[in-house]
Amino acid sequence: MIITEKQRYTIGILVQNVPGVLARIVGLFSGRGYNIETITAAETNEPGLTRITLVTTGDERVLSQIIKQLNKLINIIKVYDFAETEFVDREMALIKVRAEQATRAEVLRIVDIFRAKVVDVSAHFYTLEVTGNEGKINAILELLGQIGIVEVARTGKAALARSKKH
Amino acid sequence: MKMKGSQIFFECLKKEGVEVIFGFPGGAVLDIYHEMPKHDIRHILVRHEQGAAHMADGYARSSGRVGVCLVTSGPGATNTVTGIATAYMDSVPIVVFTGQVPTPLIGDDAFQEVDIIGITRPCTKHSYLVRNINDLQTVIREAFYLARTGRPGPVVVDLPKDVIQAQTEFKYPKKVDLPGYHPTIEAHSGQVKRAQDILKKSKSPVIFAGGGIIISDSTSELMQIAKLIQAPVTCSLMGLGGFPAGITDAGGLRRPNPLWLGMVGMHGTYQANMAISHADVIFAAGVRFDDRVTGKISEFAPSARIIHIDVDPSSISKNVDVDVPIVGDCKNALQQLIRLFEAEPVENQAAIRRPWLEQIDKWRKDHPLTYSKDCNVIKPQYVIEKIREIAGSDAIITTEVGQHQMWTAQFYEFDRPRTLLTSGGLGTMGYGFPAAIGAQMAFPDKLVIDIAGDGSIQMNIQELCTAVCNDIPVKVVILNNKYLGLPRQWQELFYEKNYTGSCLEGSPDFVKLAQAYGAVGLRAEKPEEVESVLREAFKIKKPVLMDFVVSREEGVYPIVPPGKSITEMLLA
Repeated sequence: MIITEKQRYTIGILVQNVPGVLARIVGLFSGRGYNIETITAAETNEPGLTRITLVTTGDERVLSQIIKQLNKLINIIKVYDFAETEFVDREMALIKVRAEQATRAEVLRIVDIFRAKVVDVSAHFYTLEVTGNEGKINAILELLGQIGIVEVARTGKAALARSKKH
Repeated sequence: MKMKGSQIFFECLKKEGVEVIFGFPGGAVLDIYHEMPKHDIRHILVRHEQGAAHMADGYARSSGRVGVCLVTSGPGATNTVTGIATAYMDSVPIVVFTGQVPTPLIGDDAFQEVDIIGITRPCTKHSYLVRNINDLQTVIREAFYLARTGRPGPVVVDLPKDVIQAQTEFKYPKKVDLPGYHPTIEAHSGQVKRAQDILKKSKSPVIFAGGGIIISDSTSELMQIAKLIQAPVTCSLMGLGGFPAGITDAGGLRRPNPLWLGMVGMHGTYQANMAISHADVIFAAGVRFDDRVTGKISEFAPSARIIHIDVDPSSISKNVDVDVPIVGDCKNALQQLIRLFEAEPVENQAAIRRPWLEQIDKWRKDHPLTYSKDCNVIKPQYVIEKIREIAGSDAIITTEVGQHQMWTAQFYEFDRPRTLLTSGGLGTMGYGFPAAIGAQMAFPDKLVIDIAGDGSIQMNIQELCTAVCNDIPVKVVILNNKYLGLPRQWQELFYEKNYTGSCLEGSPDFVKLAQAYGAVGLRAEKPEEVESVLREAFKIKKPVLMDFVVSREEGVYPIVPPGKSITEMLLA
């Protein structure tokens, strides 16, 4: 058995929006010892269909088993293996950061550079909304971390396959 | 015309051709039991719900039809879990109907409420909680369809009491609409061609067949392929019977099948394990390369390219890397392969394989399956040989799990598919006896024999009452060594002879126990009594429990120590 290096993989899952479908997916991962790093789920434009984006880690063999096992679930309509296709992905984070007299300007500069938004203001804190790929979110968190982050809520990744160019 | 849910339940079952339900009533399903006498479906009242699930399983494995069981909510439902998991691991089509508390009470910890859908999620092919009477018929239609198609498996349908009491129009759906379920049946012709190219050049191929051959009813295709390419065949435990161990000619004379290697794996034959380990190609069909087959995975079939047919893509390249994956039904793939070989006759196949088959013959002669005969004490293997001799190849054999199961696999020599029913994947003690009852319901005129140990028979012994009350004349052979034999053998070999917990002295007198239940009890204590006890039992048209007092410390050999390569067999 060839064991390849552990990597992060993004998987898109289109499911019937029926009771228990998320439990089936999450149960499959915990039962078989697979890892879920992030998971997002919400209805699509089509009634009755939900799109789930899931980030996992594992080697190629594990990824291949995950895709096959997901495909076996009856309520899953389609599984997108983003290791095989180009895709776009975004996640959103709400970041509550300390914004005292001395640091406020710096926070706003960072907001500007990252095209983030201030969505809540109080005497000592700003809450920011930032959208981007994982790298961008990590970068702003690192910068703001030097100033003083109080709380973070990240959505986890949502992803779609890129459409064909022609 | 509107019908109640309970009536719709039976109308659906009739549409699915159900002839028997194995069940046990309770508050949540009493509406169904109230309706039952109006319908021409036989109900077998079990004594424990685990028995009901295994009976449905035994019915399904022996006949190929979907087995059905019906239990109440809460403990009725949880008692079926072992049976469901057993069916799941061995891909057996059963539908388990569980009662549920009324929908307004779900989630309130009501009396006899349990989330059976949640509990069984990891061990079912699919499951349904029917929340609306209008969904009932569609759900039942889908449940049977899912259970029997693709890779078969158990489906649970949870029926809240108020849904069963509600009314709607009955109109059985003609089609199922499952947008996420499209099992691949037709094998990819390009992959089949690649398999043929590899096979025809192979000098030392082995065909490795599993339960998929039996499920897909491909025994004759398997025999054709083996003959065409002159390749020896081994089977997993689940595959036994899928390839005949012996061939009976028109005159009734049975000879060993020269291409048959016996079972492979932990208790496989010497020649099967050696052949797999020296093969240049392994042609696997309907198997999943279970750890009991492969032994130490890194040393499994080191010099072989592997071709693997399976209807379940997740079985391919799960445990071993596969060179030619073929997703599809075994029967379809084998038929395509046969057509390729017939279109392009390869005459020298026998000549190419001769040295390989000679080598295998040498292995076979070097270390045949054997045991030391004894005229003072009954050897368990001897009992199995005698059953084989008297019952013939048409009898249906079930087993529990343990030494007796492995001796049956080694010494019974199965010639026909669906004549061995055994819990291969989950290894469920207590499976064989209720499974035998289920099989006997499918084949009332056949001889159905559960080969058991004194440990495992006690796990579902209460079903003796079910067999007696319903005139189901199954035969039970207990190979009684007053030990949990396999744990004892492992303790002897691998745990410094520390026999903690494996001694079973103090079991009941099985002959008296049989009589107490109203069955017939027989006992043999000496080798010369074995044959007469068997012959007598097989003539009786009632359930018979036979207690064979066998040598206590007999081991199953060969045995591959856990974690070792399958060539590292302890032969005695």
